[in-house]
Amino acid sequence: MTYLAKPRLHHPDAPVNALGYTRRDYEGAVSTLCAGCGHDAISAAIVEACFELDLAPHRLAKLSGIGCSSKMPTYFLGASHGFNSVHGRMPSVLTGANLANRSLLYLGISGDGDSASIGLGQFAHSLRRGVHMMYLVANNGVYGLTRGQFSATADRGSPSRRGAVNTDEPVDLIGLALLLGATFVARGFSGDREQLVPIIKAALLHPGAAFIDCISPCVAFNNHEGSTKSFDYVRGHDHAVTRIEFDRPPRTADGAEPDGGNGALVARVEPLVPGYDVHDRLAVMDYLARHGAEGATVTGLLYVAPDAQDLHAHLETVDEPLNGLRDDALCPGTAALEEFNASLR
Amino acid sequence: MSGVNDFVVQFATVNGSGSASANRLFARSVLRMGVPVSARNIFPSNIQGMPTWFEVRVSEAGYLGCRGGVDLLVAMNPETWDHDVAGLAAGGYLLFDSTKPLPRSTQRDDLTILGVPLTALCNEAFDDPRQRQLFRNIAYVGALSALLDLDVAALEGLLSEQFRGKASLVAPNVRALQLGREYALAHLPCPLPLRVARADAVGDRVLLEGNTAAALGCVYGGATVAAWYPITPSSGIPDAFGRLCRRYRVDPATKKHRYAIVQAEDELASLGIVIGAGWSGARAFTATSGPGISLMQEFLGLAYFAEIPAVIFDVQRAGPSTGMPTRTQQCDVLACAYASHGDTKHVLLFPEDPHEAFEFGALAFDLADRLQTPVFVMMDLDIGMNEWLSAPLTWDGCRRFDRGKVMTAEALDKGARFGRYLDVDGDGIPYRTYPGTHAARGAFFTRGTSKDAMARYTEDGAAYVENMERLVRKFETAKGLVPAPVVRPARRPTDLGVVYFGSTAPAMSEALDLLERRGVDLDALRLRAFPFSDRVGEFVRAHTRVFVVEQNRDAQVRSLLAIESGVEAERLVPVLHYDGTPITARFIADAIEHRLAAATPGDRRQEVVR
Repeated sequence: MTYLAKPRLHHPDAPVNALGYTRRDYEGAVSTLCAGCGHDAISAAIVEACFELDLAPHRLAKLSGIGCSSKMPTYFLGASHGFNSVHGRMPSVLTGANLANRSLLYLGISGDGDSASIGLGQFAHSLRRGVHMMYLVANNGVYGLTRGQFSATADRGSPSRRGAVNTDEPVDLIGLALLLGATFVARGFSGDREQLVPIIKAALLHPGAAFIDCISPCVAFNNHEGSTKSFDYVRGHDHAVTRIEFDRPPRTADGAEPDGGNGALVARVEPLVPGYDVHDRLAVMDYLARHGAEGATVTGLLYVAPDAQDLHAHLETVDEPLNGLRDDALCPGTAALEEFNASLR
Repeated sequence: MSGVNDFVVQFATVNGSGSASANRLFARSVLRMGVPVSARNIFPSNIQGMPTWFEVRVSEAGYLGCRGGVDLLVAMNPETWDHDVAGLAAGGYLLFDSTKPLPRSTQRDDLTILGVPLTALCNEAFDDPRQRQLFRNIAYVGALSALLDLDVAALEGLLSEQFRGKASLVAPNVRALQLGREYALAHLPCPLPLRVARADAVGDRVLLEGNTAAALGCVYGGATVAAWYPITPSSGIPDAFGRLCRRYRVDPATKKHRYAIVQAEDELASLGIVIGAGWSGARAFTATSGPGISLMQEFLGLAYFAEIPAVIFDVQRAGPSTGMPTRTQQCDVLACAYASHGDTKHVLLFPEDPHEAFEFGALAFDLADRLQTPVFVMMDLDIGMNEWLSAPLTWDGCRRFDRGKVMTAEALDKGARFGRYLDVDGDGIPYRTYPGTHAARGAFFTRGTSKDAMARYTEDGAAYVENMERLVRKFETAKGLVPAPVVRPARRPTDLGVVYFGSTAPAMSEALDLLERRGVDLDALRLRAFPFSDRVGEFVRAHTRVFVVEQNRDAQVRSLLAIESGVEAERLVPVLHYDGTPITARFIADAIEHRLAAATPGDRRQEVVR
């Protein structure tokens, strides 16, 4: 049996959010990932973030590619539609879904193999298009499902569990995201829930392409001494630059739609490093390059564009979802066709 | 040589020289005189400076296929002069720019040489260098108007329609037209025995390019999401879709768009976007050609197995690999029919002309939604990039989109049982929900891995087989939904048949007439879709020999018929034309006649006519 539904029993005293949902309403099936896998902590953080934001579970859609990371959507938001697509191609499928129905919130879940190797092109182009989504890469520097090969984010010189040394330069997803025009760029760590939940919440509130590189150690293949993606290494080198606070202006009575949720909460970014300006893209790139070179794992919400827009704004699409437009709004009809014929004689 | 309303004119020019609109002007003026024309661009994969040809067939009998051979050559390209002159039929006419003397290499003495000093005339009349070049083209149309007895009022009318609102452009164009015309009237034997006489053979037909027609089909079929990657010869479809959407799909109040077009980073992303949109309940398409089909294979398997609607226009060109990007073929049939790894089968539609490209273009969205699967519209360069004289486009005002089996929130509230892959109706087609439908019910996980009827991941062999068998049932259901084949029986009973499809249609109908005159009777069946209707197998079995005419090397549809219709391959005799030019009636008729004379059934050495 490879699919385990969770029992639907609720603790009578389980806290409920503004929509009357408990945390259990945001959970999914029982995880089949390895015990202690960082990815499960990310799933838990997503559950917590959606609960705290009072999002209606069915107004989110979760999409993924292939790999350990891409199994994650099965383990959260069981009441949401999910799509486990093909390796490295989640971004295009998500883009299409978003174009069809702009009224949902989209969670793109990917991994370092999925996004930095086979799917590097789609990663890049979905960010530069500004697709409104939260794009989270659970980054462990290794291929887990195929048993421990290096991925493209493994650092040069990093040894595998069996002692082979990676000689290739790593793909820097954060650096790429900044270059490509992502309007929200963050790095989290699956071992730091206090930091990760607010990052995910802020990403879900962001009106454009929000990218989170979440270091998520692989306990089976990449958590050993010498690895730069192990729990110990990240804990030892974590350098958080920001903290996120949420201000909640008075809510409207219904607040059931994610749009309402978006409007109601405002993320405020506080620098933890004096002078760190989260809106200054060039300064952020410079900061990351300098501290990365010194071996620091810079974390937190790193960059937010002050004027983020999304693909729908660029394409000037109508406000209502395209998938809800009816025949008469789409089909020009018989008279228009007569006119068209006449122009061809 | 003589011929009223029955001849072929070829314009040999250099691409980028502005000849295309002059050539179109010529073709349309013949049409305005009530005489059917077909016009084809023959061009290299290049933007400027390479040879290009435009061929206009004038046929009052209404034969619109490529005929083969040229009766009148407008030779404007010195580079291809020898080749072009050699291609002229015996006793043909050669119109050339006599500003320079006739090239010495012109050896033929059977031709009527018609010299018009186009460059000299235009240099004298116009100052602007660009105008001097462009108006040479209009000037040769003017000369042709005198030589072929064209209605000059029709030409002038077309020019003023073309430049409506730009009156300053009409006058110099008309002047250029008159320059050529007056010179020809004064110096050449006008009209030639080869000429156009007013007739009433066009009716209400329209001159329309297949790519534009397909794009209009997408508009009428309710497509809202288009994702594509530029590739010849299909780019005209998204281009036209954008143009048509700006005309028909802008919200009058807000000026916002009821469509989204994304030029994707590659064909993989194009189809991914289409699949994501289809999953979410929007009608979506991509347009591509052979290399794009190769790149889309993995996603096609996902859409087949996860059962997601998608519409793919394949405007076929000569393969394999980059092949001949600007030459036509029907060479992707098998690649599309069985696209992707594992056991798959896909729905294919074969439009015969732009009229059907429109019709099938719109229908493809209904079929994709109804069948929850990819649907291919198998066009080719000949249909896609040429203007064909087609029956006018029609649309039933009462027609509504068939969105297929979609479970709504209301149905879920009433307690309807929902299992994404449950075959509740026995037709192999399950119900689906769009994301975001209901707060508590109807959500499911879409995946390319094996799943049970409730969409739960499973590697249980029995559940896998059950699902795969249901997909076969669904494909059976498709047989009854796709366009049925069209049968044209011979006038006399015959045990010979012919099967054809797509852009072969006009050449085939002419070939059938030719063969009938030569005493060969053939019942003809035009395939319009795959899966094949049972009538296709019945047709083949009712004949001892059936020619299968196609524009590829490997007799792909013949193979498909042998595999999928349960007919003996021995009955199916391939007739194959695949040099990249459109198939002609002469080729088909000669090939079939040759085979009947020479071959015994089953003699494989004789099976391929090249």
